[in-house]
Formats: sequence, C-alpha cells, structure tokens
Amino acid sequence: MPELNDGFSTAWHLLGAGDPHLLGIVLLSLRVSLTATLLACLIGMPLGALLAVGRFPGRRALIVLFNGFMGLPPVVVGLLVYLLLSRAGPLGAFGLLFSPAAMVVAQTVLVTPIVAALTRQVIADAWGTMHELLRSLGASRLRGAATLLWDSRFSLSTAGLAGFGRAIAEVGAVMIVGGNIDGVTRVMTTTIALETSKGDLPLALALGFILISVVLAVNAIAYAVRNWAERRWG
Amino acid sequence: MTQGNNPAQRRRFVTALLCAAVLAGAPAVQAEDRFITVASTTSTEQSGLFAHLLPAFEKASGVNVHVVALGTGQALDLARRGDADVVFVHDKTAEEKFVAEGFGVQRFEVMYNDFILIGPKDDPAKTAGKDILEGLRRIASADLSPRPPFISRGDKSGTHAAELRYWKAAGVEIDKAKGQGGGDWYRDTGSGMGPALNTASAMNGYILADRGTWLNFRNRGNLRVLVEGDTRLFNQYGVILVNPVKHPHVKKEDGQKFIDWVLSKDGQAAIGSYKINGEQLFFPNARR
Repeated sequence: MPELNDGFSTAWHLLGAGDPHLLGIVLLSLRVSLTATLLACLIGMPLGALLAVGRFPGRRALIVLFNGFMGLPPVVVGLLVYLLLSRAGPLGAFGLLFSPAAMVVAQTVLVTPIVAALTRQVIADAWGTMHELLRSLGASRLRGAATLLWDSRFSLSTAGLAGFGRAIAEVGAVMIVGGNIDGVTRVMTTTIALETSKGDLPLALALGFILISVVLAVNAIAYAVRNWAERRWG
Repeated sequence: MTQGNNPAQRRRFVTALLCAAVLAGAPAVQAEDRFITVASTTSTEQSGLFAHLLPAFEKASGVNVHVVALGTGQALDLARRGDADVVFVHDKTAEEKFVAEGFGVQRFEVMYNDFILIGPKDDPAKTAGKDILEGLRRIASADLSPRPPFISRGDKSGTHAAELRYWKAAGVEIDKAKGQGGGDWYRDTGSGMGPALNTASAMNGYILADRGTWLNFRNRGNLRVLVEGDTRLFNQYGVILVNPVKHPHVKKEDGQKFIDWVLSKDGQAAIGSYKINGEQLFFPNARR
C-alpha cells in the first residue's frame, strides 16, 4: 500500500504548510459537531435521567427506542432533516438548508439518542445504589434525578464524547443537508469523500489522518479537563 | 453527597454550559453576504471548472455562488423543491421537461464537453476507435472469460442518461446483462462519476465518463481512453433560472446576473480558458 506512505507524507505537508483553507474546514467541523454535541447533551442528559428514575407508562418502550436510535443511519437522518428544511418542507421558510445551522440540526438529532441512552445507563446504576439514601432525605424522583446527574457529571462526560465521536465522524447527514459547499458547509468528512471521488486517494487519506488527530486531541483535552475538575471539585 | 453539590455552583455550571452552546453556535449561524445557490453536476465541480470560473464572477458581481454538486437528475429535483436559484446541468431532455413543467424560466446553452469510453489498457473487448455504438456492442458481445465488466453510474445523472441512450442506439438490452443470468458484466453502481471511476479502476472495467472528470482523475490504475471523437459523444450543458413564480424566494436578480455572466463574452472566455495539462475541457457555445 504505497498510498499509506503518500497519505502520511501529504498529511505532514498539509499540517506544515498551515493552509488557511484546510484550517477553515477543520474549524467548521469542530464548530458544527461541538455545537451539536452540546445541544444533544442539554436535551439528552435530562431525558436520560428521567428515563432512569421515572415511573411512567411507555418508559420501557422509550428506553428500547433510544437504545435502538443509537444506530440511526446518518443518511436517513440527513434525508429527514433535508425534507424538513427544504423550501417545499414545513420549515422551508427559514431558508436554513445548505447552511451550518442545518448541519447542527441533523447532527443533534443523530447524537441525542446516544447521549440519552448512555446517560440513562449511568443514572440507572447510580439510582440503584443511591435511591434509598435520597428517599430518606425526602428527595422527590425529579430532585433525585437532578442530584444524580450532577453527581455523575464526570462519568457522563464519556456520553458526551461518544456523541461527539459520532457527530464528527459522520458524512451521510452533513453531505445531504449541508451540500458540501466550498467555504460554507464543507467539513472534514465531506472533503474526504470529495477527494476520494476525485481519485486523489493520498490526499483523502491525509485528511483522514488529520481528522483522527483532531478527534484524539479533543478527547485528550476532555480527559485533562475532567481530571483537573475532579481534583478541584470532585 | 460531595462538596460540589451546592445549588449555586450547579447553576454556575449549567450557565457556563449554555453560554458555551450559544458561543459555539453563534458564528455557525451568522448571516453571509449576498449569495445564490447553484445546483450543478459533479462533472463541473469535480473537474475544477467552478473553482476556475466562480472567483471571476464573484469579483465582477459581488455575488457569492454556493455550488451544490449532484447528478443532473438530483440537481433538477432539488430545484423543483425550490432549494436552488439556478441549475447548471447536462441532460437536454430532462432540462426541457423541467422548463415545460414550469419549474424553470428558460434554458440557455452554455458550453459542451464530450464523453469518452474508458477501459483497460489492453482492451480485451477490442473497443478502441471512433465509433461509440460499435465499441459498446463489442463489450456486450465479448466472448471472454472472465468477461470484462462495464461500470454504469446508475444514478440518473446526465452521464447515466447519455449512457442509456447509447446502449439503446447500439441495440443492446442492458437489463438482461445484469446478474448471473446475463453474464453479470453490467454493474450498476449508483454513484457519482468519481466513485464510479474508482470502481472501474479497481475492477479493470469499461466505463463511460465525461472528459473533464477523467482529466482531473488521479486513481487511473490500468485504464485509458478507448473511444473518443464520435460526434454522438457531444455533451451539452444548459443553465436555467428556477422559476420565481413557483418559488417566490428565488433570488432572481442575482441568479439572472450569474446566467447573464456565463453567457457573456467574459464568462464564455473564462470557460474556454480552463485547461488541465494544456488540454481544454469545456467549449463555450452560448448562442447570444
């Protein structure tokens, strides 16, 4: 596989050159996927906690639904969001299609079930060991859920990172709702798909290496922040 | 419970999270200056034509162009839904239907390039020459084992539509060539020009491609051009403004500005001046 070596050297070359165009693409990838992950955490974590401690009809069905939706196909999500945001669709008037905002919406839909399902598991385990104590303190289920969410915040960072991993790696949804427009909605994964289409495999591979490095860097930062915060506030 | 578990601290944490979300989202949704959305084909985008053409137009007009590159069929469907201001594609029949249905204002011919038949260097089916129909007939009737495959786009693109026309004109029923029963040599890949060329390169098969994408294509493997120069391989591009009567939000002034420019002397000269390795890819032929 000579392409592998070419890919590595091209990646070094690209990084060394500090191409502003490439930097813009990397930053857009990060901006879109981090925003989507944050939104997914704000929606998915309370939802997951409620599923863990709540007692209401349809709860089990919802748990299965969210677990299943961790495997939502990005292309299908992209298509649904496209139909929603298209001028002929119900939200067409906002003209959001082919914008980074549309990509954030699609990735949020994709990532929320992952965050919710993983949060539910973490909180359900904590609830198993803590609910008698919480009860004895007179906390309601809702209050208990909030307390456990806060107490589990360091473990829950993994749920957020899993969601981020999914968001930044997917290509199917952002390709459809973003349109891969140069300088506007072109992100790392759609660039890689495009260069593969052009048959420039070393460049595609090089961009792949850069994407993986960016994901590793984000995870390393998250890990460091988590350790620091745990020492400070844990 | 831990020491961090006091309401004030928790509130501060949640506030910080919300601020981060807003900060991260804000630049992502900021409004851009004037732009139009052009639905076009992978051949114009991936051959590098737009990267050559658009800076000149954007400089002359102050209007940015957002290009969404799809197959011709998909690009027209996108415009039917009102998601583009201008279409720039290459399938005359489909374009005329688009205008006749009232989705487009008027179709203008802009430029042409040509299709070429690509295949393995040793050309086992002996297709090489100037006659596309004869070339295709030879692929269909090749008495070889294993049979060299033919890779089809199969994605309703302009190139796919042209390919199907050539098979029909050559009198070959390709539906019978799919799967085991028909010899399994016709492979419908349902993909763009580049991915289909990648497949052909990997399988060492035959494929109909547009010259622009081929000239810009890097992963050629053992492939070369076998049939070219047949006048039937002529590939006309048209440009159409999406009808503002159907879709009132269409940016008709700026869209029209783009159309006027590509048809103008400057635009036509810019198209003609795009070359890869000294070879001209697109030949301007606007009629006005």
